Amino acid sequence: MLLKKIVNGMTKNSKDAINRASKYQLVCGMEIHAELKTKSKMFCGCKNDPFGAGKPNIYTCPVCLGLPGALPVPNKKAIEWTIKLGLALNCKINLFSKFDRKHYFYPDLPKGYQISQYDLPFAYDGSIETSEGKVGITRIHLEEDTAKLVHKQIPSSKSQIPKRVSLIDFNRSGVPLIEIVTEPDIKSAKQAKEYSKKLRQIMRFLRLSDCNMQEGGMRLEANVSLANNEFQITNSKQLPNYKVELKNINSFRFLEQGINFEIKRQAEILEKGETPAQETRGYNANTGKTFVQRSKESAEDYRYFPDPDIPPIRFTEANISELKANLSELPDAVISRWEKSYNVEARYGLELTKSKNLATQIDEILAEASMQKLDCNKLASFIVNGKLKIQVNPSPEMERVSNSAKQNVIGEVLNKFISLTQTDNLDESELEKVIQEVMAENPSETERFKTGEKKLLNFFVGQVMRKLGKKVDMKQLASILNKTLTSW
Amino acid sequence: MSNKFSKQQIKHISQLAQIPISEKEADNLARDFTETLDVISNLQSIDTKNIEPTHQVTGLENILREDNVDEDRMLSQEEALSNASETHNGFFVVKHLLENKDA
Amino acid sequence: MLNKLTLKQAIDKLNTKEISLEEIYEDTNKAIADKNKDLNIYLTLNTKAKDQAKLQEKKSLKGLPIAVKDNFLTKNLRTTASSKILENYLPQYESTVTKNLQNAGGVIIGKTNLDAWAHGSSTETSDFGRTLNPRNTDYLPGGSSGGSAAAVATDVCLAAIGSETAGSIRQPAAWCGVVGLKPTYGRVSRYGTIAMASSTDSPGPITKTVEDAAIMLNQIAGHDSNDATSSSKNIPDFTASLGQSVKGLKIGILYSEISELTDTNKILHEQIKVLESLGAEISFAKALDPKLAISVYTVVQRSEVSSNLSRYSGVRYGKERSQFGDEAKRRVMLGTFTLSKGYADKYYDTAQKVRTLFRQDFEKLFEKYDVLISATSPGYAKKIGATEGSAMFGELEDMLLEPSSITGLPGANVPMFKDIETNLHLGMNIMAAMWREDLVIQVADAFEKNSKWNDKKQ
Repeated sequence: MLLKKIVNGMTKNSKDAINRASKYQLVCGMEIHAELKTKSKMFCGCKNDPFGAGKPNIYTCPVCLGLPGALPVPNKKAIEWTIKLGLALNCKINLFSKFDRKHYFYPDLPKGYQISQYDLPFAYDGSIETSEGKVGITRIHLEEDTAKLVHKQIPSSKSQIPKRVSLIDFNRSGVPLIEIVTEPDIKSAKQAKEYSKKLRQIMRFLRLSDCNMQEGGMRLEANVSLANNEFQITNSKQLPNYKVELKNINSFRFLEQGINFEIKRQAEILEKGETPAQETRGYNANTGKTFVQRSKESAEDYRYFPDPDIPPIRFTEANISELKANLSELPDAVISRWEKSYNVEARYGLELTKSKNLATQIDEILAEASMQKLDCNKLASFIVNGKLKIQVNPSPEMERVSNSAKQNVIGEVLNKFISLTQTDNLDESELEKVIQEVMAENPSETERFKTGEKKLLNFFVGQVMRKLGKKVDMKQLASILNKTLTSW
Repeated sequence: MSNKFSKQQIKHISQLAQIPISEKEADNLARDFTETLDVISNLQSIDTKNIEPTHQVTGLENILREDNVDEDRMLSQEEALSNASETHNGFFVVKHLLENKDA
Repeated sequence: MLNKLTLKQAIDKLNTKEISLEEIYEDTNKAIADKNKDLNIYLTLNTKAKDQAKLQEKKSLKGLPIAVKDNFLTKNLRTTASSKILENYLPQYESTVTKNLQNAGGVIIGKTNLDAWAHGSSTETSDFGRTLNPRNTDYLPGGSSGGSAAAVATDVCLAAIGSETAGSIRQPAAWCGVVGLKPTYGRVSRYGTIAMASSTDSPGPITKTVEDAAIMLNQIAGHDSNDATSSSKNIPDFTASLGQSVKGLKIGILYSEISELTDTNKILHEQIKVLESLGAEISFAKALDPKLAISVYTVVQRSEVSSNLSRYSGVRYGKERSQFGDEAKRRVMLGTFTLSKGYADKYYDTAQKVRTLFRQDFEKLFEKYDVLISATSPGYAKKIGATEGSAMFGELEDMLLEPSSITGLPGANVPMFKDIETNLHLGMNIMAAMWREDLVIQVADAFEKNSKWNDKKQ
């Protein structure tokens, strides 16, 4: 996107920028956090609904407020979901795992440590396919979310001037949070975006997270650095000696823009023979630029150790197999199955698997359409292009709707599709007669067609249609016309 | 074997632990830590190769809870805020922080 | 002087209506008025105790007044852990131990002093002043449950609750000449107990007799779904171990070889003959050097403390971290160091591995012995002011208890001797395998009932 802009501008400076950018290769890994939509929080029974709460600090208890003496007990479902995601991303599962304490001080972290996972994450070593290649998943671990901070001015008791403060709402404190960390396999901003979107689709498909970006239910971080193609291409394992963390990005578009900005910024620094600073940067959508949030003077020291309050977790191979067996089909698998069984093109499949509910519904419609020998690809294209509207049930409860009711809905959709594509029956002999008439009336065109001017076919189709005065299947008409004209 | 603790080290730890200390305290702590590390230096004489650590003694595993909401334990907003130094409209109040944190 | 009754005596006399609950409260409150100011036992008194007692009369503990260490959260009753940081903290919820206690008919008469955050073995490091040993006020009561031990020793309650991380029940019980029972780790819920070292914290009773300890443990033990480390094992009736013969029990005597203990061990070996005369088979046993346990405990405890005290910032409790006392600062900082990058391997990880060696050592010993016995403390109570300038004071005093603490074993202190001149006591430490409090109680009870030193008791 940035490159396109530059090309359009075509000043001398921007030409240099292109040269610089092609000299350097992006090296990028991502860390994505997503809140799990369990009913209760990660380590206590508080309601997990920070966005629906309406008021601050109403879904709290001693545990998620970090009161003295409170103890955590892990949510089984959250753990199962983390493993499910791991299986969906082709990860290996740690049969023996545990929770660790990660220490740092910030007012949104009530205990002064976050319960997270250090050396034994639930899942590791997986991958996601993108159109620009495989992105390796390093690890998936489960932790607790922090409280929410709001920065505001409030009236001061001591003076007339309002004071700037930060307000804390613990409704979000302790919500289950998964972190998915990739290898530095991402080679373009576009790929970073594709990877992130695909991950969101999978998490939504598994119904374990809403991944709502605006509300912070899914948070994107990219570690961005550049490798010099001239020197490092022979040894792709060698990573750059610095890393810029692009944080707090709440849209896919900004992610792409932010990375592209960084590519340009870092290339300029490298070109001067300098090394970009190791730091955390944010992205300002208004200026289209990234900015420094914090420089890392000293490496952090989180002082991880196994949480003594939580006994370790052990799975058997059988537990994992069971979870695997219950894993629903993933978008990629659905798309290729539709392609194979129903001839539905992948570009439509991609659109129709945006959510699990939509895909489930489409799956049922396609199965029925295929039984009725209807054109499934056309059906899919109609739905994607909005020619055929279907009601997507927002909740998974759809699955529990009675079979007869479901059949009614499917029947309606298919009837509508049939009526949209309905053609009058063609009487072959009537058609033959009309074609002969048209040829007789247009001898020169007929001659030219026979000698190879195939583009005249459309002219004949039009003439025949007009004479017939009926709606006909264009494909069928064209093939008969072609046959008749050439064999004549 | 020297376990001598420098004041510099003490100050670094003080930062990590967020416990502000005076110069005098730093001196005392450096002395105390040196004494303590001498006492516990016998740990280093033990061969711990191939020994698994003991983080917990109960032998318990898989102590998990079902995903249910426990209304009984939840606190009212008033209770949640009851020991706070400052509150505003149902929020805890702290001094202004950088809008975008890194952690 | 009904406050001098044991818990069991009071329950029996209330059952037969020989005495009334009001009379007990009258005498107990009088004792508090007489002694609390000088000894500094209670940090907070429950002004509603007497009213609450009336509602509890029909339950097993009859509404009797129980002292509770001030690191158990008591809803709407100030809880400080003897620290300035929590000086004004009114808990929003009740700890499982005090909930169980009250469900059984116990009434919290007051919250007792401790070393701030339970960091210590003297009750001298409380941010609210030291507690004095009621047996001799020139001396310390031990700690960290010094307030609870002193409360029992001077009859300002009928029984008390303490907590032990490494010696904090047994050692003050020894110094104050009372019974202290540390249950197996996980036997009693930690929920609502201000965490010190999470992997060893064990709440337990401090009482006038072994019998009372068994009665109390029956009421506070049990699985708690709010504490993932609490055991769901069945709770036996611990009073069933009382009065059982110790004939044929195999008892190992530990730490006889340690030269610093010569005087104390002389008394221990003399007193243990009581059990031999009752038919127990006594022999000397050899365990891992307890000085090594000091190191394991010091590292593990400091590490966990540094983590557990991270939550105390100005936001929710109103006091800044600079207000931690010297001992808390020292421990938090040492623990921060032992967990820090470049040092965690050398200290934290190594300590946890050596801890495994202690577990294996005890497992082997308990194949041979039913119970193990040592002195509780190397000597008598120390004089006030003894902790000053000694960073390792507590660890040295608790040396004989730390091996069993880091491995989670149950153990009890029973008084075994009194020095006539100073009026100070020595205690015997009786330990058994995990979940075998029944054996601890059985042997402690037999010793208590049959030992001669009791004749010298006032």
